[in-house]
Amino acid sequence: MLAFLIKRTANAIFVMLAVAFLAFVIFRFFGDPVEMMVNEQATQSDRAELRERLGLNDGFITQYVRFVVNAAQMDFGISYRNQQDVTVLIKDRFPATFELVLVATVISLVVGIPLGVVTAVHRNSALANVLQTGSIVGISLPSFVVGIMLILLFSVTLGWLPAFGRGETVDIGWWSTGLLTPSGRQALILPSISLSIFQITMVMRLVRAEMLETLRTDYVKFARARGVPRGRVHWRHALRNCLMPVITLTGMQIGNLIAFALVTETVFQWPGMGMLFIQAVTFVDIPVMAAYLMLVSLIFVVLNTVVDITYAWVDPRLRDDTARAGGAHG
Amino acid sequence: MAEAKDPMDKTLTPDMRTATDATLVPVRRSRLKRLRESDLWFSFRSHPSAIFAAGLLTLIALTAFLAPWITPQNPYDLSSLELWNSEIPPIWNAEGQWPYILGTDTQGRDILSAILYGSRISLVIGFASVILALAVGLALGLVAGFFGGWSDNVIMRIGDVLLSMPFILIAILITAVASASLPTGLKDVLAAPILIVAIAVPSWVQYARTVRASAMVESRKEYVQAARLIRVKAWRIMLHHILPNCMTPIMVAATLNFGLAILSEATLSFLGVGMPPDQPSLGTLIRIGNQYLFSGLWWIVVFPAIQLCLIVLSVNMIGDWLRDALNPKLR
Amino acid sequence: MKLRKILLASAALATLAGAAPADSVLKWGANRDIGSLDPYSYGDSFTINVLNHVYEGLVRYNKDLKIEPALAESWEILDDQVTWRFKLREGVTFHNGNPFTAADVVASLARVSDDASPLKGNLPAYVSSEAVDDLTVDIKLNGTYPLLLNDLTNIHIFDEEWMTEHDALKPTDIGAGVEGYATYNANGTGPFSVESRQPDAKTVFVKNPEWWDTPQHNLDGFELLPVTSAATRVAALLSGEISFTNDAPVQDLPRLEAAPNVSVLEGVDLRTVMIGFPFRETLTTSEANPFTDVKVREALYKAIDLDLIHQKVMRGKSRIAGATVAPPIPGYAPELDELPEFDPDAARQMLSEAGVPEGLSFEFSCISDGLVNEEQFCQAIASMWSRVGLAPKLDVAPRAVQTPKRTSGNTDVYILGWATLPMLDAYSPLLQIFHTKEGNSGVFNWGGWSFPELDKLIDAAGSELDLEKRLALETEALGIVKKEHIMLPLHQQPMAWAVTDEVSAMPLFPDNKPRLWFATMK
Repeated sequence: MLAFLIKRTANAIFVMLAVAFLAFVIFRFFGDPVEMMVNEQATQSDRAELRERLGLNDGFITQYVRFVVNAAQMDFGISYRNQQDVTVLIKDRFPATFELVLVATVISLVVGIPLGVVTAVHRNSALANVLQTGSIVGISLPSFVVGIMLILLFSVTLGWLPAFGRGETVDIGWWSTGLLTPSGRQALILPSISLSIFQITMVMRLVRAEMLETLRTDYVKFARARGVPRGRVHWRHALRNCLMPVITLTGMQIGNLIAFALVTETVFQWPGMGMLFIQAVTFVDIPVMAAYLMLVSLIFVVLNTVVDITYAWVDPRLRDDTARAGGAHG
Repeated sequence: MAEAKDPMDKTLTPDMRTATDATLVPVRRSRLKRLRESDLWFSFRSHPSAIFAAGLLTLIALTAFLAPWITPQNPYDLSSLELWNSEIPPIWNAEGQWPYILGTDTQGRDILSAILYGSRISLVIGFASVILALAVGLALGLVAGFFGGWSDNVIMRIGDVLLSMPFILIAILITAVASASLPTGLKDVLAAPILIVAIAVPSWVQYARTVRASAMVESRKEYVQAARLIRVKAWRIMLHHILPNCMTPIMVAATLNFGLAILSEATLSFLGVGMPPDQPSLGTLIRIGNQYLFSGLWWIVVFPAIQLCLIVLSVNMIGDWLRDALNPKLR
Repeated sequence: MKLRKILLASAALATLAGAAPADSVLKWGANRDIGSLDPYSYGDSFTINVLNHVYEGLVRYNKDLKIEPALAESWEILDDQVTWRFKLREGVTFHNGNPFTAADVVASLARVSDDASPLKGNLPAYVSSEAVDDLTVDIKLNGTYPLLLNDLTNIHIFDEEWMTEHDALKPTDIGAGVEGYATYNANGTGPFSVESRQPDAKTVFVKNPEWWDTPQHNLDGFELLPVTSAATRVAALLSGEISFTNDAPVQDLPRLEAAPNVSVLEGVDLRTVMIGFPFRETLTTSEANPFTDVKVREALYKAIDLDLIHQKVMRGKSRIAGATVAPPIPGYAPELDELPEFDPDAARQMLSEAGVPEGLSFEFSCISDGLVNEEQFCQAIASMWSRVGLAPKLDVAPRAVQTPKRTSGNTDVYILGWATLPMLDAYSPLLQIFHTKEGNSGVFNWGGWSFPELDKLIDAAGSELDLEKRLALETEALGIVKKEHIMLPLHQQPMAWAVTDEVSAMPLFPDNKPRLWFATMK
């Protein structure tokens, strides 16, 4: 187990180093930050001087080593655009994105699980067919189209909910939350719905598939045969059996949702990390882009590693498998 | 695994080769035949939603590829756009004008023509990126699973790295970097190939992993060992066994990824890192139309959005049906 | 540590509870955020414009855009012709209570002309400054220079003690990797002070009750809310989430005008939109460059239907321009504003006479986050040029991507908008765009042209202290620009602001800069 743990961790570190290399190579050859920082009237020599001070004239290796060493210390430098410490900037934006992703995840579980159970239990019923078709529509709608339509309906036509921003926020330590104020909660509704549509259908389909398998197992058949009420069998026993994969998937999807939030954040002007990233792309704000890519990859890798290790801990066979896969053909 | 590429291959007599092939051909044929006569066709015929989706997709694809012959205008030819004819509403509106059935945009571009040409771009990019990802994924998966060792390690580590970054992020980075570093003349020509690569890069890993797992299982089987003993090109036999074995999950994944690829292309174009405004895809049309959402020019954004949803919906319905039909557990 | 966090949290809650929304808080939905709270570390006109509510200069523009005294009460040029003496206003205090003195002016001028300051170029003639007494400052220039006051309108005065205390005497140097205190904090003399700032989300300004001037506004404060998407901005205005925007999309004006709670303020911006040409040997497509021929440039002008663009793309809101500066700019003359005749057949004829091959392909560079409807009029112009037998390749990308290509000469034909800010004088485009590229001159001469006769006139205007003579020189220079078709003016772009019915007065300025110290709310 220890060997597996070390191996898996080493693997994660290797992946992060590779991501760092990729991030650096990409950003080194992308756009020109100097033009974004100088005033319209700056002369050619002003520009050359700034380039020198930013270290953009140093050799490739020098710049890469500097990048990795700094990144390991969570130091991504100063944002070209905001002139603030990038780590602080991302830390300030993280709560907005995290709350959006969190609420979207909760919505997807609260809505997705019951729908999945219903479609599995009442398979072939009219309701299940409608829901099944609805779920295909759900994964087929581009989230930016959903967002635009929600704004058009609920903000412009009905005037019920805000069209942009986070509303009032309250600071708790360094964390700023919109969950404690009425306007903050209102502002959260449309973006989190538009972000969760895809996730709802995924949860629903997973629950349905797992339920269908569980319903075939002997113990469910046995319980039914013994006369345990159907609802109880389905909602208590069978569902409980399906929850582990659902929770695993939800956990692993968080990284994806954080990344995908950048589309939602763009549509709703949500002041989170994704909007920061998209604006950084427009302004060639290299430090912010690098830090965002590294952070999102880190969240991804950590979640995946934790899931792998947990699974291996629960089921030792998986350890063997991985070991065999690595060594069999050496 | 060095034996697999044994130079002794050259010593194979033509007879032996033919013999190998001859034993294989009937197997393959019967397999195809079985597929045709299998439940798949029956299942298709008994699923009205699958028939509907296939019909819709065929119609969309046909009109898209016949666009140059059936549309009143070539929306990519700048000299055919007439600013005087801009912002004409759809034909059923009192101010509508023939031949602009769905109206025109702010440049005088016929919306119907733009939608058909845009659908063509979306379909081609989606299809090509799936094919590219399939080709790369199958090839690398086979190499990794069959040869193992360092090649397996390198390929799978690259896959790990790609999978540790969100799909959309990789695609944005690739397109943004490419468009920033290419000269303009090339950018126009290469816009679609760049998108194809950007969408294919993060998605080949899935296929490679499936094929690799299947190849690893297969390479341990006795017939492979036997083939090695008699110095037959073991990989040829394996190809014939491995590919059919993993075809089912790969076909389902490829179909669903086709829908996803079209959505990704639209999202990238919506974010402004996809197709340029003078060769608009559906996502570009929606991005442009979005600026006029409140100006009463609803037809610029609504029709492309509907078309995009219809394409992805029909692809997903087919993929969904295929998954159920090919999954023996659900029969 | 933990206790401190809790204390901080409760303090934050307390301030939130205390800051009950006041009645007269204007919510300004801008199309972008300011880059920093430090005007000297961020070379950007919008940031300077917003921070002008907090910081003030020695002089300022009044409601008619005429220069009037602000922190300086009077000034004179000393006998040596290169030293200007400013008498400062008495009794002015900064937001933190410190008095305003000559030392503050000297420290601020040193800060803005620091090598690390991106605004250094805004004071091109500055050499040094010296405090004569507490309320008198001498500013020394590198020669006779007529436009110092215009430059000074945009040079904000900081508090020397405050800067010393917080180690902010120098502007933020991004290269050094250190954040500047002034990036998050502000301490000026202006009508408003900064209460809080969340970048890209919200910056809150409150009224400065100790302001030296009599306020014409009745605001308790304002909030700057960046809303980058034009459609969202319109939605927010209609739903009352914002009460003012300085960028209402022209295509949405009918909808905004029809809304009962919104009124639209329209005008024509001073910014002139122009097309520029390359003067290099070859194009980026490696074909021979025909644009050095004035006949070719003229033909391209004739091929553009300016009126159609005005009607359709700019929705009749722009002003078609024949001159490279707008009418209110000193140096403008009506004879410069003569419009070309739209004649595609003649254009085609001229092109073939000049030996331009049919289907000549060249890059046409436009900026996606640039001028009003830039993407649309670029497409329209590309379409018009392709109808006279050319094959322009439209290249639309964000400013961040296009500017480096332009400054390094990797662009063929391009669009440039020039508002002559902050100088408000024709000398601005003459020096920066039309002059040969050398030293501080011709920084925006991206095409690389050189007209010695023109340079001579511009240099003469730059050291002429007599207003009449200087303007005559400038007009003559603009005449050469017109005759040579160095750049093709298209229009002065429309500007449109919109306010909800909470706002009772919001004066619109032709330089498109909101000045909320003139705004009132119901």
